[in-house]
Amino acid sequence: MLFEIVTWISAGVALLTSAAILISRDWRVSLGALALQYLAAFWLVSRHLPFAMSSVKLITGWMVVAILGMTRLSLTETEAAKQDAFYPRGIGFRLALMGIVVLAAFGAAPRIEAIIPGLGLPVIAGSFLLIGAGVAHLSVTSDLLRVALGLLTLLSGFEVIYAGVESAILVTGLLAAVNLGLGILGSYLLLASSVPITTPEKRGKE
Amino acid sequence: MNAPILWIIAPFIAGGSILLLLRERYAAYIGGSIAALLALIAWLVPIDTALLIGSVSLKISPAVVFFGRSFELSPADGPLIALIYGLAALWFFGTEASGAADRFVPLGLMIIALLTASIAVEPFLYAALLLEMAAMLVIPLLTPSYQRPVRGVVRFLIYQTFAMPFILFSGWMLAGVEASPSDLGSTVQAGVMLMMGFAFLFAIFPLYNWIPQLMEEASTYPTGFLLWALPTFTVIFALGFLDRYAWLRNTPQIADAILYAGVIMTATAGILGALQRHLGRILGYAAIAETGLLLIALGLRSPNLVDIVFLVLIPRGLELSVWALALSIIKQKAYPLKFSDAQGLARKYPIAVSALMIAHLSVAGFPLLAGFPSRLALWQELSLQSLAASFWVFIGSSGLLVAAIRTLAAFVMAGEDSAWEINENWTQSLMLGIGILGLFAIGAFPQILQPFLANLPALFEHLHQ
Repeated sequence: MLFEIVTWISAGVALLTSAAILISRDWRVSLGALALQYLAAFWLVSRHLPFAMSSVKLITGWMVVAILGMTRLSLTETEAAKQDAFYPRGIGFRLALMGIVVLAAFGAAPRIEAIIPGLGLPVIAGSFLLIGAGVAHLSVTSDLLRVALGLLTLLSGFEVIYAGVESAILVTGLLAAVNLGLGILGSYLLLASSVPITTPEKRGKE
Repeated sequence: MNAPILWIIAPFIAGGSILLLLRERYAAYIGGSIAALLALIAWLVPIDTALLIGSVSLKISPAVVFFGRSFELSPADGPLIALIYGLAALWFFGTEASGAADRFVPLGLMIIALLTASIAVEPFLYAALLLEMAAMLVIPLLTPSYQRPVRGVVRFLIYQTFAMPFILFSGWMLAGVEASPSDLGSTVQAGVMLMMGFAFLFAIFPLYNWIPQLMEEASTYPTGFLLWALPTFTVIFALGFLDRYAWLRNTPQIADAILYAGVIMTATAGILGALQRHLGRILGYAAIAETGLLLIALGLRSPNLVDIVFLVLIPRGLELSVWALALSIIKQKAYPLKFSDAQGLARKYPIAVSALMIAHLSVAGFPLLAGFPSRLALWQELSLQSLAASFWVFIGSSGLLVAAIRTLAAFVMAGEDSAWEINENWTQSLMLGIGILGLFAIGAFPQILQPFLANLPALFEHLHQ
């Protein structure tokens, strides 16, 4: 019973953190929410995987947060401010978007539970919330840090539900590598985006 | 010796070492030599068969267990590995001539190693994870550290990442479908998930918008490599699915869906390609049209399906490498590759322009060139199935031909007093010359592919029956 309650709380944390990542304009808040989201994802994953394997998800996630945080810290505010020019940017719109995600996730969860019995309603709901929030985030941003956050949120959601059907160590390892790779790539692209536009050909001419 | 260690771990480590230790100039030769050597070993030394060389017995064992799962390269994989590493060697040797971005060879070697792992891993659906990792390694190739990331790169990363969950989950669902094939609901769900995954992987219409963007904005040669490598392994992955699951290959609706997805891709890419004024975008649309042809081949309900797929696949590597190399040489003079920038270049870069035109015409299916035999075989089978589909594929190919004529017109639009010059250096001329010869050789004597084609269907024994 206690585990069930904590699992529902984790699903709630997943909802709040993914909403915070979607709505917040401050990268510190977004990365803090992502770190918290990995904690919730860890608990949801641990419903179906052994503790040691679930902790891989948590450690990898926090490593990704650290990588992205350190990179973002090294960029100036002006470099970052010019990146996200994608419309719409209103908080109301993003809240409405998150509301749709919540409705869809809670609407779909019982049906998925009927198709894949044994996963548990909070695990499915948490997973679909993360997947939906990730997709919603990717659809409203062109900012590189936010794209990385969207992809990582989407992957977290997938990992939560996939842990219920596949428990191979190789898969856990490869998914951790993919997460880490996305973090490093996000960091690399952020650094690359901070230099003036140029191409190898232009560079050669110079 | 062990096959996965030889063709996966060794090139991966070699790539990492070259990345850290060697200068770019030597990287092309060493990376190319390593790939060529691996191709030669795959071609000459059969896997899982003991060879006696003097007093030494040599045997390459097929499998290695890693984290409880097996990576296995069977004897039937030999020609495929030889083909892949052979074509990769061609790309790597061309790096020096193309003046491609930093890190192309080491990262390329690591990408090929990961992609080879994707055909070796068991259960084979884990390949989706390895394809994603390979796609992630492509990003630093497309975006050098001194260049702001272009829109196409981010979109490519998003689409590849979308594909992985769909395929992994569909793989799990397919196992359920096999257990109870009469459950129509599960079958449809698994089919839809799988289709979505492959739609992202193959960049099916309208998800291919990142390809022309990349060809316009990113470095030409690495982008060409990406357009060769990823679809090639995705096709092999898709063939694996069709081979493994009887209901997938026996459901006419699925075959039709694949076929018409390919027809739409070929037709739209051909038509849009004909309307472009940017040489890079034209290459992008041509690559999309070729992927469409591969999908059409996958959707054919024919016992020759595997032969036709590989007949399209093998020349594709050569066509794209020659085209991308020629374009990157031209780009050094005609940046940013609009028609207006390339006017009259036929007199200044005659070898590069000739190579580009021949590769382009080959992709359009021009007779006596490498693309022609595969188009002939494809059309023969397709016309038996649907004349409407054949018509639209014809429209697509005609669009590519129109694009070729427009490109040629731009290249030869030189002033009367413009003199003929050869500005390509000897490495560029040699690489392009070999490529042109190869395109003519495969077109005129397609039987030279027979040693590969004879053994490749053994990889997919159910499909070949």
